[in-house]
Amino acid sequence: MKTLSPQTEAELAECISSAQGPLHIQGGGTRSIGRINAATTLETTGISGISLYEPGALTLVAQAGTPLAEIEAALLPERQRLAFEPQDLRGLLGTTGQSTIGGVVASNSSGPRRIQAGACRDFTLGTRFVDGTGTVLKNGGRVMKNVTGYDLVKLLSGSWGTLGVLTEVSLKTQPLPETAACILINGLSDSEAVTAMSRALGSPYEITGAAHAPAGIDGHPVTMLRIEGFEGSVSYRAEELRKMFSDKDVAIERSPDRLKDGWRWVRDVALMQDKPGDVWRISCKPSDAPELAHRLKATSLLYDWGGGLIWALMGEGSDARKRLGDFGGHATLVRASKSGATPPTFHPEPAALATLSKSLRAKFDPKGILNSGIMD
Amino acid sequence: MQMPRPDASVLARKARIVAQLQAVLPQGAVISDEAETRAYECDALTAYRCPPLVAVLPANTEEVSAVLKVCHAEGVPVVPRGSGTSLAGGALPTADCVILGVARMNEVLETDYDNRFIRVQTGRTNLSVTGAVEENDFFYAPDPSSQLACAIAGNIAMNSGGAHCLKYGVTTNNLLGVTMVQMDGTVVEIGGAHLDAGGLDLLGLICGSEGQLGVVTEATLRILRKPEGARPVLMAFDSNEVAGECVSDIIKAGVLPVAIEFMDRPILEIAENFAKAGYPECEALLIVEVEGSDAEIDEQLTKILDIARRHNPVELREAQDSDDATRIWLGRKSAFGAVGQVADYMCLDGTIPVSELPRVLNGISELSTKYGLRVGNVFHAGDGNMHPLIMFDANKPGDLELCEQMGAEVLKLCVEVGGCLTGEHGVGIEKRDLMVDQFTPEDLEVQMAVKDVFDPKWLLNPAKVFPLASSETRRTGKIAAE
Repeated sequence: MKTLSPQTEAELAECISSAQGPLHIQGGGTRSIGRINAATTLETTGISGISLYEPGALTLVAQAGTPLAEIEAALLPERQRLAFEPQDLRGLLGTTGQSTIGGVVASNSSGPRRIQAGACRDFTLGTRFVDGTGTVLKNGGRVMKNVTGYDLVKLLSGSWGTLGVLTEVSLKTQPLPETAACILINGLSDSEAVTAMSRALGSPYEITGAAHAPAGIDGHPVTMLRIEGFEGSVSYRAEELRKMFSDKDVAIERSPDRLKDGWRWVRDVALMQDKPGDVWRISCKPSDAPELAHRLKATSLLYDWGGGLIWALMGEGSDARKRLGDFGGHATLVRASKSGATPPTFHPEPAALATLSKSLRAKFDPKGILNSGIMD
Repeated sequence: MQMPRPDASVLARKARIVAQLQAVLPQGAVISDEAETRAYECDALTAYRCPPLVAVLPANTEEVSAVLKVCHAEGVPVVPRGSGTSLAGGALPTADCVILGVARMNEVLETDYDNRFIRVQTGRTNLSVTGAVEENDFFYAPDPSSQLACAIAGNIAMNSGGAHCLKYGVTTNNLLGVTMVQMDGTVVEIGGAHLDAGGLDLLGLICGSEGQLGVVTEATLRILRKPEGARPVLMAFDSNEVAGECVSDIIKAGVLPVAIEFMDRPILEIAENFAKAGYPECEALLIVEVEGSDAEIDEQLTKILDIARRHNPVELREAQDSDDATRIWLGRKSAFGAVGQVADYMCLDGTIPVSELPRVLNGISELSTKYGLRVGNVFHAGDGNMHPLIMFDANKPGDLELCEQMGAEVLKLCVEVGGCLTGEHGVGIEKRDLMVDQFTPEDLEVQMAVKDVFDPKWLLNPAKVFPLASSETRRTGKIAAE
């Protein structure tokens, strides 16, 4: 495998315009998904650095190859964060190296707080990118509200490098909350848990994380509800939620370290790390989740987003989509066995949408060289 | 403002086109009489008017699809229209176009509190979406100031915001799915009750595409539980700069108000004369609103007022009861109407980094002197979305053109400091010709290539968003013919 490692946007554009065949586009390669049919890797790690950070405007602009860790380290002294909680998938996927911000945006990586704050795509204010012909383009900007022209920023977020190679992203940051709490409800069945999470999410108490593990860290079912904010507000809401679930086995966790570890465990799907099998990610209507999960016959399950996101560990080569049947949502094969035929990584789209997606890719990448194979 | 010359062959085929539309729609849904089409000659950008060839009012997705099939086959441009409240001319017709109005499509299709969404036909007004769920203490968050009248269809087309989007986001952050009809009549479902896209994020692309990619007939919208309470506080300062610094400090402190609204002296004087809200004498006034239980509101306001005190305010006024709260919002909410009483005005919508507020406000004030036109600023300061109101006299020859020139200079200034031409109103025809100041020809080309995918014949709202010169070969069919 040949690797191209451009150090500037112009060099990257040159790599693409002179490419003779398909390119495997990657940042740090920590989120590798699907099968790539390319003999050459184009990595963006050389195009790195934070070019602007204005804490008072909640704005950060970074080159796409900037390590996520570097961005988080820059935000911390200003008591800010990326609210969408990008995942660290190294454990789950068995990858090494540094996650880059370009990879985060290209995969629209969003953790538990997606349910309240929004996804990566909601915090990406602008991008610069190079399309499949080597043309340098930009869309969006660095302001909070922008409806000038089409929103290609959203289209590029989660496009897995198939429309263009990101070279720079502008992000909206968020102040760190003063404190947080987690309401833990023990012993709920999956459907009781989704009902409880819906109740909490339908309350005025601003839940910023709602997850359920049929087998939590200690092996027992646990449902987690996170609240964040100022001290007075957090303790008030924690108490109100405790009252809401007074008929259940409820505990309130306030230790910052335990909170951080617990929500990382959810975010990074730690439950399924180092366990054999394929990992599927199913996005659905929350109230459908228990029934869908039942159909999967999975080895292990984790519900996030109040039930709207199911992580399932399944036997190698099993096709979750066949077991799920028709449903509103989609299933992505996040970790597949290395050998044998695997189902498509991304959920096949209805014909009219598939035509649109394919035509869009042909416009952005007429030679079909950018991460071809990933989203097919 | 130029519009393309109407297609003579379409004008000549009017009778045939009308007959075909009548054949696919119920009686009364096709408006072709010249006295009646005049009702659709403009939107809220009233300086420009042109009656359409025909207006149609379909009642559901199937009828929209039937209309578009007819227009597609006949090569007739279609201009989709929500409630016609666009300030950017997004629904301005051309003489050869069919106006496709969604006003008859206002049903609630599904309400789901467990999964926190509502599905509606897109002709439903923004406020009536909240109206459909408020008895259960839920609401739909985006709240453009025209929310009493504006339709969800238009909100999606323009990715509308509102005063409370500082906390809740704009339309795109609250849109879960759409049913959309493509120009050839194909109906597609994008998204649904789940939170993210399974492939490319087409939903994110559709939102804010100004009716150029398809006609959105149904929408799944996120609804939220109402907060327990809300309370505004008013802060008066003796300079715009200080007020701007105060905004930045509040945001940095980690307090997330639902709204931070800014009004400058010219607006304050006009609004005070009109609404008698009892605002203090000052150069700049902020209204900051927070939400939560009483105790949570107290906690946040204590922090906000501490920050404000460090900036030597002329006055701080906290609402003690709901009457106070109404009075604090009164002047802000009547500001646009108040300006309308004293002058014609053009409302701009440029957005800038919050840190550039003082510089841009100074720049606007200099331009006001240079052009001899009064300007008032009333806007969403928390997210840098400016709304300078440039006042002019429509009856004075040349004044509108002068106002437009000044508006263009203000918007160029916004772009120069790292901002953009429009934060929530859309490009429409109003900012169309300024797009070259924000984008390179290549940046515009890739956006137009996206339209090629959805609407290869360039029939949907074709004369908007892109400078006419940039889009000409596509609109006149030269690309399609190749």
